Amino acid sequence: MTPQHSSVKGVFMKKIIITLFISLIVTGCVTASMKPDYANAMLELLKTDFVSKGPATVERIVNQDNVQNLCSVYNKSRSEEVSERIKASQLKTVKFPIDENYIGNWEEGEKIAQNGRGFQSSDPLGGVNGGNCYACHRITKNEISYGDIGPSLYNYGKKYGNNEKVYKYTWAKIYNSQAFTACSDMPRFGHAGILNEKQIKDVMALLLDPKSPTNQ
Amino acid sequence: MKLIIKYSLTFLAILMTPYVLAEGSSSEEIAKYRELLADGNPAELWEMRGQELWKKKVSPNNVSLEQCDFGKGPGVLKGAYVELPRYFKDVNKVMDLEQRLIFCRTSIQGLSYEQAVSSAFGSVGNPSDIEALVAYITAESKGMKMAVSIKHPKEREAYEIGKNFFYYRAGTHDFSCATCHSSDKKRIRLQDLSNLLNIKDAQKTYTTWPAYRVSQGEVRTMQHRLSDCLRQQRFPEPRYASTTITALIMFMAKNAEGGVYDAPALKR
Repeated sequence: MTPQHSSVKGVFMKKIIITLFISLIVTGCVTASMKPDYANAMLELLKTDFVSKGPATVERIVNQDNVQNLCSVYNKSRSEEVSERIKASQLKTVKFPIDENYIGNWEEGEKIAQNGRGFQSSDPLGGVNGGNCYACHRITKNEISYGDIGPSLYNYGKKYGNNEKVYKYTWAKIYNSQAFTACSDMPRFGHAGILNEKQIKDVMALLLDPKSPTNQ
Repeated sequence: MKLIIKYSLTFLAILMTPYVLAEGSSSEEIAKYRELLADGNPAELWEMRGQELWKKKVSPNNVSLEQCDFGKGPGVLKGAYVELPRYFKDVNKVMDLEQRLIFCRTSIQGLSYEQAVSSAFGSVGNPSDIEALVAYITAESKGMKMAVSIKHPKEREAYEIGKNFFYYRAGTHDFSCATCHSSDKKRIRLQDLSNLLNIKDAQKTYTTWPAYRVSQGEVRTMQHRLSDCLRQQRFPEPRYASTTITALIMFMAKNAEGGVYDAPALKR
């Protein structure tokens, strides 16, 4: 084989490789554009398949916020980077009480923890919302009807102590759980406007007041 | 008649239920309640009424539902439910049992859509024809294995949309179906939650709907069950027999593949 031959062959090979490469890209693009967008198809369906009723509106489910969207797409696992981004953005939303008084009335807090109403299509507009804490957490010794999606909070104050650091962390956790756990199952009670400042103070008391049954 | 006497006894049991449910885990208590009924189920009354409705000629067309095709040929009910939802060529879409039933009530019997879906969910003094028909039709698949197909592109589409919806977090509380139904052995209060991604749980759950619900005194369909889930999920109200709900049912039915169908069942 002469050197000329081999260079002709080389050009030929190059052409084949380039053609193959281009056709691969084109095929890839076509395949990508033909793949059905199920997420978008679902979103379009939600607009017509649901009807606003009471405090539960179609607008609220159709317009996910950034965190809801990320947690839906990366439902099982997400990169450290995405998790950190979520936590940082959510920590910024936390509003601490202006009077710097974190602890309300534990008896009121207990009522909030028991109350599972609010924002359901069956609830009245403008009604008092509950926190429904017992749905997912053990809190006091007496209430044996508790769920276990979240960790036990029994003896929470006794375990973690009554100090400013614990107050601030607990407040922020109730206000926006995703400030510490990206895509947590727990609602963002303060951020979403489920509980108001006074109600969060009362739930804080249920968890942290040494007199609360949580710490007995 | 014997059945009616038997189930008038259950009325007493139902009255006792809230008291019974107050102690211990609700699944334990419901097991005791089942023993109390000695394997009977008030749902049988719904099945009987459903059978009558199936054969009853209804105006304006003055025909029964007996020619309704659930995918296995006109009038074939045996094994129809374990293959639903499915693609139907005559409407070029995927339908679940309830959508198909509405389709037959309108196309065969000539009812208006509003008439066909009226009182889909029954209440005291206002029994639902749909709940009775669904009880009858589903009972015809007892003992058969779940075998839903996702081969047709439209079936695949329904499955994928249902899957997307399962993970879709939204609303005030950020809840999705997955919030409560994607981990093993979790509870809300004392109520056990099923992990619908775990085949054993998915089979157990899917194959036991519809069910006679002790707390409501009615047979409830899958559409009703999902509607009530979504209410607690803080979602707005799904339209009865909508495409989204059928897609979710498709996802759940496929996850339950191979499970032996055992409904109408008895539940809390």
